[in-house]
Amino acid sequence: MYITRRKFLNILTVSTAACATLLAPITTWAAWASKAFNATKLDDAYQNLFGTTTLTASDKIVLKLPKIAENGGAVPVSVKTDLDSVETINIFVKDNPNPLTASFHIPEGTIADISTRIRLAQTSTVTAVINAGGKLHSASQEVKVTIGGCGG
Amino acid sequence: MNRREFNRLLVAGAVAGIIPKTGFALSQVKPNYNIPQKGNARLLHITDCHAQLNPVYFREPDVNLGFHKALGRTPHIVGEAFLKKNNLSKNSLEAHAFTYLNFNSAAKEYGKVGGFSHLSTLVKKLRGLAGGENNSLLLDGGDTWQGSATAYWSRGKDMVQAANLLGVDIMTGHWEFTYQDEEVFSNIDDFEGEFLAQNIKLTEDALFEGKQTHDEDTGHVFKPYIIREINGQRLAIIGQAFPYTPVANPKRFIPDWTFGIRNQDLQELINAIKVDEKPAAIILLSHNGMDVDLKLASVVTGIDFILGGHTHDGVPTPVSVKNSLGTTIVTNAGSNGKFLGVLDLNLQDGGLKGYEYRLLPVFSNFIEPDKQMNALIDEIRKPHLDALQEELTVTETLLYRRGNFNGTFDQLICDALRHELNAQIALSPGFRWGTTVLPGEAVTFENVMDQTCITYPETYARDMLGKEIKAILEDVADNLFHPDPFYQQGGDMVRVGGMNYICDPMAKPGNRISNMTLDSDKAIMPNKTYKVSGWATVGSKAPGKPIWDVVASYLRSQKTINISHLNSPVLKNIDNNPGIVL
Repeated sequence: MYITRRKFLNILTVSTAACATLLAPITTWAAWASKAFNATKLDDAYQNLFGTTTLTASDKIVLKLPKIAENGGAVPVSVKTDLDSVETINIFVKDNPNPLTASFHIPEGTIADISTRIRLAQTSTVTAVINAGGKLHSASQEVKVTIGGCGG
Repeated sequence: MNRREFNRLLVAGAVAGIIPKTGFALSQVKPNYNIPQKGNARLLHITDCHAQLNPVYFREPDVNLGFHKALGRTPHIVGEAFLKKNNLSKNSLEAHAFTYLNFNSAAKEYGKVGGFSHLSTLVKKLRGLAGGENNSLLLDGGDTWQGSATAYWSRGKDMVQAANLLGVDIMTGHWEFTYQDEEVFSNIDDFEGEFLAQNIKLTEDALFEGKQTHDEDTGHVFKPYIIREINGQRLAIIGQAFPYTPVANPKRFIPDWTFGIRNQDLQELINAIKVDEKPAAIILLSHNGMDVDLKLASVVTGIDFILGGHTHDGVPTPVSVKNSLGTTIVTNAGSNGKFLGVLDLNLQDGGLKGYEYRLLPVFSNFIEPDKQMNALIDEIRKPHLDALQEELTVTETLLYRRGNFNGTFDQLICDALRHELNAQIALSPGFRWGTTVLPGEAVTFENVMDQTCITYPETYARDMLGKEIKAILEDVADNLFHPDPFYQQGGDMVRVGGMNYICDPMAKPGNRISNMTLDSDKAIMPNKTYKVSGWATVGSKAPGKPIWDVVASYLRSQKTINISHLNSPVLKNIDNNPGIVL
């Protein structure tokens, strides 16, 4: 069936309302990960979420982020990968007061492709960490937050 | 044909003399515009004319610094080093066109440059030599609808008319987006060519609200590319608008659009075009700026030519950039109507067999103006002539803008701001457009508009802490000197009046600016308050009068103008840098 993007977005809104019960397990999990979300240093957030700070840089992660944010308060980010057995996709903003910004659980059989908006307090490196098959894969990029002006 | 075969052909072409040796030097005083076509498709390229319908003087910079990978690399070379790099002889017409050397005397000798009537004659001649309009395309890299009083007063409409008459086939944009979004759509409706941009998308919110798009599935606000057939060969032209428009200019005029370099999207688009359209060559019509284009050419594969603008670099010798699958040729065609790029392609059997590129300086005195275009320009200007031609004062000093840190016209604007708004310090944006006034000439209201007319011209005067001033300077310095071009916005350093500082472009972000002092040599203290005036605020509208009223009022009170000192920083780490003359 062909479906336009606008219709799809409308459907999404409708289904969000119908999904309240589905959200409940995530709330439970967030409580469990509160130590990681409350960490104020990047390595502490890694340690609390993964039990290690050792990550392997991967070219199998497609991380899409602006280089210079149009609005630091809502920076669009998308992460996708064709790695097998993806369990979680996690987004860290190194120089935010709390670096761990979002954590997505990817149920088995789901395409690992997420997008959201994150807030940057200042210019920072943003890192996506994917837990796939028990291994931690990462990709990073700097996002600049600027006062703007003075262009060409 | 794969990329490796293409490369081999390029090399073979160079040996066989299809591809010219770098640079072209003419020692005779008359420019040669009789350029016979090589190959079978001719692309003409203009960019960043900034709405200059009439011929102008335009001085190229004497400071255009490059650091890190850009050190000593095109376009970061000025003066005699530029001549040497591009095989141009001293005191030639080309030396005057491409460098600031002997500007005053050469400008008097060779006269003004550009102008749409003269450009029109040249375009017709070069298209004629290529077998007519069907065998050629005229591409415009943007910054066409902004930069003159008449463009400002007509909201860009006068330039749409002029571009239509000039025969522009395809364009992209930057300052075009400093009008309201609905005005942009209205101007594009009137434009008879194609307006392309692969890197402008609707925000998700705007998509949800059903705002105008070219394609609601991809979110593209404008058509991303177009296929044009020339002599039976298919050419793909992709548009790349200025990626940081909502950062460098006010977002409030175009709240529904989101930009960015989008190199991953571009790669996906190119891959799809190759499969679906099977073009003989792919051209990116870009408003990225030259450093961004050079990096883009190294990370994105499949583009044959990037015809670039934004940074206003007149580059006679294109730069060949290798990437993982082949080679991309990067050009930049200057500004203010001063240059016309001529790219001849030899397209055979669905592939590119060779090319020849020239960047022709448009010396108006040597070109018969086109009558029809002249009539249109007269019609556009007639209602405004009295205002435009008002002589405000006379200048004893050459007034120009280009240069990384300051220009005499910017110093004049800063002087006017401080004087009229009673401020200790003035800040003025590092734009790269704005025409030049020769010593001894009257400074007209039109000259002031050429330097200032933007859609957010309001001025301000307010108290700022010393550390706030430093933060502004640091922020702009990072946009200019970030080691990675994808984090640069183009443009130059914010101009300052009434203060001085030391700048180390090689230092880390936040550490480039030091020793800030007032003109009195008194140190600027981080927690002390200073009265600062300025204009062109991006975040929200400033409360004061438009900058042109402030400058005009100041000039009317001055019998003559003499700029003897520039508030230009003391620079560190610039030894042996060919981007500056010490």
